[in-house]
Amino acid sequence: MPAVSMTVNGKAVTGDVEARTLLVQFLRENLRLTGTHVGCDTSQCGACVVHIDGIAAKSCTTLALQCEGAKITTIEGLAEPNGPLHPMQEAFREHHGLQCGFCTPGMIMAALDIVRRRGNDLDEHTIREQLDGNICRCTGYHNIVKAIAAGAKAMAKGGARQAAE
Amino acid sequence: MSATGIGAAVRRKEDLRFITGKGQYTDDVVRPGETRAAFVRSPHAHAKIKRIDVDAAKSMPGVIAVLTGTELANDKIGNLICGWMIHSKDGTPMKMAPHPALASGKVNHEGDAVAVVIAETLAQASDAAEKVKVDYEPLPAITDPAKAKSGPQIHDVAPKNTIYEWSLGDAKAVDAAFAAAKHVTKLDIVNNRLVPNAIEPRAALAEYDAGTEHLTLWNTTQNPHVSRLVIAAFVGMAPEHKLRVIAPDVGGGFGSKIFIYPEEVVCLWAARKVGRPVKWTADRSESFVTDAHGRDHVTHAELALDASGKILAMWVKTIANLGAYMSTFSSSVPTYPYATLLSGQYDIPQIYCEVDAVYTNTVPVDAYRGAGRPEATFVVERLVEVAARQMDIDPADLRKRNFIKSFPHQTPVIMAYDAGDYGASLKKALDLADVKGFSKRRREAARHGKLRGIGFSTYIEACGLAPSQAVGSLGCGVGLWESAEVRVNPTGSVEVLTGSHAHGQGHETTFAQLVSERLGIPFDNISIVHGDTDKVQFGMGTYGSRSGAVGMTAVVKALDKIEVKAKKVAAHMLEAAEGDIEFKDGKFTVAGTDKSAAWGDVTLNAYVAHKFAGQELEPGLKETSFYDPTNFTFPAGCHICEVEVDSDTGKTEIVNWTAVDDFGTVVNPMIVEGQVHGGIAQGIGQALLEGAIYDKDGQLLTGSLMDYCMPHAHDLPSFKVGLTETKSPSNPLGIKGCGEAGAIAAPAAVINAITDAIGTEEIGMPATAQAVWSALKRAQPRQAA
Repeated sequence: MPAVSMTVNGKAVTGDVEARTLLVQFLRENLRLTGTHVGCDTSQCGACVVHIDGIAAKSCTTLALQCEGAKITTIEGLAEPNGPLHPMQEAFREHHGLQCGFCTPGMIMAALDIVRRRGNDLDEHTIREQLDGNICRCTGYHNIVKAIAAGAKAMAKGGARQAAE
Repeated sequence: MSATGIGAAVRRKEDLRFITGKGQYTDDVVRPGETRAAFVRSPHAHAKIKRIDVDAAKSMPGVIAVLTGTELANDKIGNLICGWMIHSKDGTPMKMAPHPALASGKVNHEGDAVAVVIAETLAQASDAAEKVKVDYEPLPAITDPAKAKSGPQIHDVAPKNTIYEWSLGDAKAVDAAFAAAKHVTKLDIVNNRLVPNAIEPRAALAEYDAGTEHLTLWNTTQNPHVSRLVIAAFVGMAPEHKLRVIAPDVGGGFGSKIFIYPEEVVCLWAARKVGRPVKWTADRSESFVTDAHGRDHVTHAELALDASGKILAMWVKTIANLGAYMSTFSSSVPTYPYATLLSGQYDIPQIYCEVDAVYTNTVPVDAYRGAGRPEATFVVERLVEVAARQMDIDPADLRKRNFIKSFPHQTPVIMAYDAGDYGASLKKALDLADVKGFSKRRREAARHGKLRGIGFSTYIEACGLAPSQAVGSLGCGVGLWESAEVRVNPTGSVEVLTGSHAHGQGHETTFAQLVSERLGIPFDNISIVHGDTDKVQFGMGTYGSRSGAVGMTAVVKALDKIEVKAKKVAAHMLEAAEGDIEFKDGKFTVAGTDKSAAWGDVTLNAYVAHKFAGQELEPGLKETSFYDPTNFTFPAGCHICEVEVDSDTGKTEIVNWTAVDDFGTVVNPMIVEGQVHGGIAQGIGQALLEGAIYDKDGQLLTGSLMDYCMPHAHDLPSFKVGLTETKSPSNPLGIKGCGEAGAIAAPAAVINAITDAIGTEEIGMPATAQAVWSALKRAQPRQAA
């Protein structure tokens, strides 16, 4: 099996994978980073969204071998261990932007990418359109939209580090 | 109200783990030596299995075992069951066909499990599953419930594919009322088949300990104890005391994770056979063809009114598609939670309903958010709306004229409504939605070439499932009480073990709010434990908006006992009579004195037991309650939907949504609003976007998220949500439940709005752009764009 090396949440990792191993499988099974979820098999639901070199990607549709040398950030890498939460994480809690929590890591990672592309002042229409790649069955999106708008603003205010560094 | 007590919008305890990726869902659990399962599934909707050749699969790398229905039968693993007995009009019991966990001789729907491969890795299991050769003899299939009785017979036990022909109400009285009616409204309604699509796919991980002969199952279930009971007592997998079911974090359920499915049975069986843990996680394509679907009714309904718009009677005939097998509670869904709610919020003297349940070559159908009540509400609220239009009466006025205004109110269809104020929720909704300004908005929309419409849904539901005697008399195989155990630790912190199960509802927060308020102790000193049959002694799980009304009441009853016991301890500490001890805000005082003891001192004394003799008082502070409710609860409200339809494309945009609900006492308004939002989204999904479509051969055409249209953020508006409150008299907290209201109310509101906009009632669900455009073309629009 070929070996692959990448940086995940700031840590250098290597592993032997089959050529067909998906990034999400490498993260979940090899690295035991189970915060990244799989909710579908057609790249619709977005529960698997991570950042590859700072850009949101669906890890269920990315081969692990494609990420050779890449910098990956997952939900586990947003806040330092025992450090404060990332403002976007905090906003999801504050605005009840989650219920069962399964889509949440992907939502938060996608939200950060919306901020990267569209800035910190996001209107409802923009957020709703930009969330096309993420499905939530619990919340009806109402509070997710509020959380992303608030999280984006908080990131500007706090000078928070962008998640996708 | 304290900052963390009942009524406070406390932020959720459970969120920290979910927003940091530390949730533990079934697929996240890994056991040493774990193997993976891949199922071989039927590509045919209906076929005989002539031969299964597993040799090639067995020789594939990493394969540990390949098992089929033959081995399952040899090992005497029992069938899955449906736990609610319905009798037909003629008194005969429902026709429950055998449902083995792996098909035996015949497959009855696309996705029916035929064999399972157990291998070292998922990739190896999946590769080998493709090498299992199954020789099928395809048979003609039937998928349309309306034609099921004349279709090819699926099960020997069920001639004409008929499971039961059931009825409720007085047919003769209804006929007489119709004969005397001034106006009759008639509707043909299809309540579209839905796929629940919880975002976490179902999963099962089974482990066998050969030393203790214990089996453990981690499972995506809403009710671990019911799952254990069925798998032990009916499937016969293991004695109940040697089977542990753990429901860890569960990623949404909406009903679909109530049921006991073939896959968990097979994983348990295989784990014992191969002597290693076995894990299966559905991929989404598997979810589509194995998770129980929802709804799928074909209905003809009629409403009789007098000249003033007073409803005299209702007549309903429904054919309910239950799919290829009877799922765990499928028989009940189109009967008791359906026909008993046909009175809606209205004083209707006579109602008669007939329901024929049929088998088809489709995925089994069972409870999905609302379960029977959305179907009933759609019938009632469409009939009332259309009657108002036909009689040229304002739809809100027609509703008001017929509202039940005094309580208790006995409907002609079993239910005794105990409290409500339907006029209040309608009035508040009319104000919030600015219905007065609607005509102006309609004219403005017309100027932009848009057809604007408004639709109401004044719904009712029966929740707080349920008084055990009552449901037992209706055929339910279990009791629907709930349990709670309150464990007070020596340091005064509290663990509450509940038989309810949360999979998004936030019980770890709301149950702790109740305890914090009642005991006057900090919210952070309370933990809620659920979802493990080794921890919680027994419980009925979460569905039917029951956890607040029933589950929290069980906690109240246990807390009552805790207070009694703690007062005894305090009496000994304070050297006072037990009757003189008062408890308030976490402090015990002796009435009329300044003597007091803090909560933590009393709890410590309960355990060190230095102040009382064991003969007088047992040490410790732990109490249990099994609470059986006295009635259902009856949440109700009014949802108003305003749409704009583009007459060129048929695309509907929801421009305003107003929901005013009466849920009785609200424990956490933030969480309740979230439940309302989610329910509305699923209801809008049903009305506008979602529909499971089978072709005539029984192939599911909408078998992935690319084909089945789930609501996305840009499909939905933000929601205006308001509350009215009448307390439920059937539980001490006054809670009615909020989990299903949105899904129950929404579809009728959407379709009433669209039909108002386009001027024709001839539109089904989902009202896609194509469907609306076609309806517009067929009809002469009431209003020109």
